[in-house]
Formats: sequence, C-alpha cells, structure tokens
Amino acid sequence: MFDIPVGDFFEFIINWLTDNLGGFFDLITITVKTFLVGIENILLFPHPIIMIILLAAVAWYISGKGVGIFTVLGLIVVEGMNMWDATMETMALIFTAVFIALLIGIPTGIWASKNDTAERVIRPVLDFMQTMPAFVYLIPAVLFFGLGEVPGIIATLIFAMPPAVRLTNLGIRQVPEEIREAALAFGSDSRQMLLKVELPVALPTILAGVNQTIMLALSMVVIAALIGAGGLGQPVVTGLQQLDIGLGFEGGLAIVILAVFLDRVTQSLGEKSQ
Amino acid sequence: MAAISVQNLFKIFGKNPEKAFPLIEAGKSKDEILDETGNTIGINDASFEIKEKEMFVIMGLSGSGKSTVLRCLNRLIEPTKGTIKIGDENITEVSKDRLLELRRKRMSMVFQNFGLFPHRTVANNVEYGLEIGGMPKEERRKKAYEALEKVGLKGYEEQKPSELSGGMQQRVGLARALANDPEILLMDEAFSALDPLIRADMQDELLELQAEVNKTVVFITHDLDEALKIGDRIAIMKDGYVVQVGTPEEILTNPADDYVKAFVQNVDRTKVITAQAIMRKAPTIQIPKDGPSVAIRKMEKVGVSTTYVVDENRRLRGVVTIDDAIKLKEDGKKDLEEILMTDIESASPQTPINQLLPKAIEAKYPIAIIDDEKNLKGIVDRATILAELNENGNNAASDQDEPKSTDQ
Repeated sequence: MFDIPVGDFFEFIINWLTDNLGGFFDLITITVKTFLVGIENILLFPHPIIMIILLAAVAWYISGKGVGIFTVLGLIVVEGMNMWDATMETMALIFTAVFIALLIGIPTGIWASKNDTAERVIRPVLDFMQTMPAFVYLIPAVLFFGLGEVPGIIATLIFAMPPAVRLTNLGIRQVPEEIREAALAFGSDSRQMLLKVELPVALPTILAGVNQTIMLALSMVVIAALIGAGGLGQPVVTGLQQLDIGLGFEGGLAIVILAVFLDRVTQSLGEKSQ
Repeated sequence: MAAISVQNLFKIFGKNPEKAFPLIEAGKSKDEILDETGNTIGINDASFEIKEKEMFVIMGLSGSGKSTVLRCLNRLIEPTKGTIKIGDENITEVSKDRLLELRRKRMSMVFQNFGLFPHRTVANNVEYGLEIGGMPKEERRKKAYEALEKVGLKGYEEQKPSELSGGMQQRVGLARALANDPEILLMDEAFSALDPLIRADMQDELLELQAEVNKTVVFITHDLDEALKIGDRIAIMKDGYVVQVGTPEEILTNPADDYVKAFVQNVDRTKVITAQAIMRKAPTIQIPKDGPSVAIRKMEKVGVSTTYVVDENRRLRGVVTIDDAIKLKEDGKKDLEEILMTDIESASPQTPINQLLPKAIEAKYPIAIIDDEKNLKGIVDRATILAELNENGNNAASDQDEPKSTDQ
C-alpha cells in the first residue's frame, strides 16, 4: 500500500543530533561519569564489613529491626557470592540515574501541577517514555554516549523518571483546597505556598514516586549491562550468553537483595513523612 | 466609621461575566441567567456595613453566596464588580503586595474543616502567619504559645493536628487566626463540622473570647440558631442577594419578606426576644419631691393601682399601692418612704423573655426593667409575656399541624 518512513525519520533526527550536538553529549558523558565514579569510590572505599554495618544501621533506623536484620544477612550472602563490587557499582549507577531523574522529574511534576496545558503535553510524553520497550533506548544512548555506564544511566533515567513526574504532579494537585486557602488567607506568596505548604503536604505522595523510580531503575540493570554498564547486570548477561546457570542466579539474587533493601527503606521514608 | 463596608458587590462565575449584567438589570433569575450565558451569579448587588468590634453573621443556605462574600473580603475570590472598604482602604484596588500585607496583619480566617497544615505541629500551625510575615523565631513561638493558651490548648503545642479531636482542631484554627492579632476575623462556617454539644461549647467560648479580644468578626453560618446566638447583627442571604440586615430581634420581629419569615418561624422566640422589646413605660413618682397626693393623682389619671418610685437620679426605689397612699394621706403624713415596698422583681433589658416568665409568675407587681445603674427603663407584666409566648406557641403548633393534614 504505502510506507510511512517513521524509522528513517528517527534515524535522521538521531544522526543530526550526533553530528551537531556531539560536544554537548560529550560534556554530559564527562559530567555523569565523574559523578558516577565519585559515588562508586565512596561506596567501595570502606571494607565490605563496615559498609554492611552502615547500611544495616540505616535500614534499622528507618525501617525497623526486621529490615535491618535482612540487610545484614542479605549483604553477607552478596559478599559470599563475590558480588560485592558489582553490587556497589549497581548501587552507584542506580543512585546516579535516580538522582538525575528526580532533578528533572520533580520540577517537571511541579510545573505540570501548576499549569494544565503543561500537564496535557507532558502526560503523553510520559506514557511514551514508559511504554516504549526499554531496549529501544539503548540504540540512541549508544550512538550519543558510546558504550559503558553513561548510556546505561541515560537509558535507565528515561525509563525510570515518569513516576517521579506523575506522583509529584498528583501529590500537589491533591493538596486539599481548604489548606491552600488557609495558606493564602494568611498571606503566603506563591513561593511560600509551594515550599511551606504544597510540597510538604504532597511529600508522602512524592516519596511514593521516588520509590517507584528506584524500582524501575533497578529493573533496567540487566538491560543496561547489554551496552556495557557493568554492575550486577553483567553476571546475568554473561550467564545467559554462556548458559552459566550458577553465575546468572548469583547475579539475579544479588539484584533481588538490593531491590528489597532499597524498596523497604524508601517506602518507610514515605510512611514516616505522613 | 464602619470596619468593613461593602457596596454593590457582584461576583459572577463563568467565562464572560460582562454578559450577565444586562440580564441582571432586566431582572432575570439566577437559573435563567445560567441557562442563557452559562454564568453563575455568586453575589448579586450586595451592600452592607460592618461596625467595628461587631459580631456580624452572614446567614444563608448553601448556594446563597455567603461564603463567596466572605472570600471577597480578603480576595481569596476576586469580586467581579463593586467596592469593599476595610477602614478607608478600597481593597478591591490594592496592589498584590499590599494585599499580602493586609492578609498577614489585618485580617485572618478560620475554616469549616479547620484548614490546618497536617505536616506541622500545633504550635507551628499557629505561628504560620507570623512566620511568612518574617517574624523572628523566638518571638513568633511566644505569640503562638500565648494564642494557644487563650483558646485553652496549653500543653498541646507540640502535637500534630491529627492527634486532636475536631473541637480541639478548631481551637487551633482559632488560635492561628488570633496569633497575628488582626483587626478582623473571618470565620467560614467555623463550627459547622463539629457535633452539636461541642458546637454549643465553642459558640459560648467564642462569645467569651470576643469579650476579651474585641475583634470585628464576620461569621458565616447556615444555622439560624447559631446566627441568633452569636450575632450582634445578621445579614440573611438568598440566591446571591442580601435579603435583610438587622439585629436578631429585628429579624425575628420584623422579617423583611416571606423568605426570612419562613426561616424564622421555627425559632424559639422566647430565647431571643428580650425584655427591652416588650416593656412599656411605667408611671413613676419621684421621692422625696412627690408626696402621697401626687402619687394618688398620677395613679388615678392612668388608671392603675400601683406606681413605681424613683429617686432624684431616676434610680428605682420600690413600689407604692394606691390603698397605702390614701391611708398615708388620711393619716396626714407626707413621707412615701414609710409605705414603700422594696421587694419587687427586676431584670435587665437584655433578659430574654423565657427567663422573665418564672419571675412574672412569682411577682405581685409587674417586673421592673432596670439597667446597670438601676435606672428604671420600663416594666413588663405577666399578660405581655404570656401573649408573646402564645404567639410563639401558635407558630410551633401550626407547623406541627401541616404534615398531619397532608397525611389525610
């Protein structure tokens, strides 16, 4: 019948961007890489035993005894599987991706909550970002940023950002009208309204969004490893390629342990803020 | 000077408010205008004045525009047309910065569902207005604690609002509104979310508090009993119009139209109508100037058998009867003090008639109505009270009859 050259169109755009904005992408690569390496170094600097104690203490303090004990046992298993370095690399990668995702996502969510037109435009973009198979992001990510951790982080943050935007928007829109009126009646200007009333009241919802973002970022770990992002995705990918059941399971188990730790801790943060 | 004066205030909700004005002038109803233009009339040509330190109640059913009027006073809702003056400042024209300052310093608001900030402690809620106005931390803390003590919440300062009961939460709302010591308190159905017992308590406490702090209060309610209880004056609203403004008594005794009449007919009038409204002038004689002859002549002239005796400052001294006076005259004595009866019932002009009735039943003579200086203002006799009670009873009875007759 007839062809719509959608593929050609995207290819054209990507090529144009690579040709013309190469310097810009290089700058992003260097910035993100520096940030990532910094965090990696911090996480890998203490001896694993000290790190396990530290993380368990955080978990205990925020989420209680059960999660604290789980963290100790889980991380001992990780260390015992010789997955410690990979786990810390993944944690650094997730931390970086989530940090950037929130840096962009929360202000975008605030904007969407204040402006109906903005919300109408942003919503389909978020749907697109979330439903497009995550593998697809890998291609332009590699073209723009080469192989390695940085394209992995970029693909991860695109996939993981939508909940942060959505739940920030939702949280602020759900602030009861009377509370907003009270803030106005006592003479708040728009900045005080946002910082002293809307964001604090919306905080539990926003933190639920942060939790979702972290979980989505974790789900990208294996996919990002396909383009050389390393970390815990690497043993899983290698296990698949070499049909090494043991290695694959070890990597997978470490991801699960990390996921449970991050999920419980961030969820408790949200509950505590209520 | 009026604390707040509202003149020809209109609020029209919808996209093209101008379109509605010709229709309003043509006298079309709220529903007709909604059908034709898609605009909703919130306030229709409201004008009234609120005096300084007055408890001004705006009463109406939902959709009458009462809350809209209140929100126009601090411009949470922008009026479409008209002027609102606070003191001599027209607040419909003030700049944004000035408006913020007015809201921070001169007026504050109490909300139906309290409008407390859930993430802040009680004290932090109360100091909110001061905080955003830039008051230093120590100072605003102190003021918040003082305001909380005033409303009886000492000891709850560091709790979260969600840990308190509804009545206590509204006290926090009240403390927050008092903390910046505003001239004007705007109260939007402040007690409507509370259960009846707590509500009555809060009304009493508001009255006590008002006697202490003396603010100009604008109180919104849909409850006539509440309006009559706390209002110095009441404005009744319907469909965006102000139907009547008056004291509780004026509204009960002289309703402006059938709408108000229908509203007030179920009210227990005896709680609201005071001695002042039903008392009549008393025949008096003055001692030591007047003797028995003058007393007898005066009583014969108006055809009564007792007269009230006052001194040269018009302070009530007692009653003399015509029989005693004639006897005194026959005995050739002049001093009325000898036959003066001092054990007579008295009441203040503000006493509601339901409290006068027990006294009237006991009393031999009409009840003397005296003010704080013991000056005789008038008298009320048993017949007048009974007539007033009877009128109230008739209204109540006819209400009860109605459903019965429809049943048959």
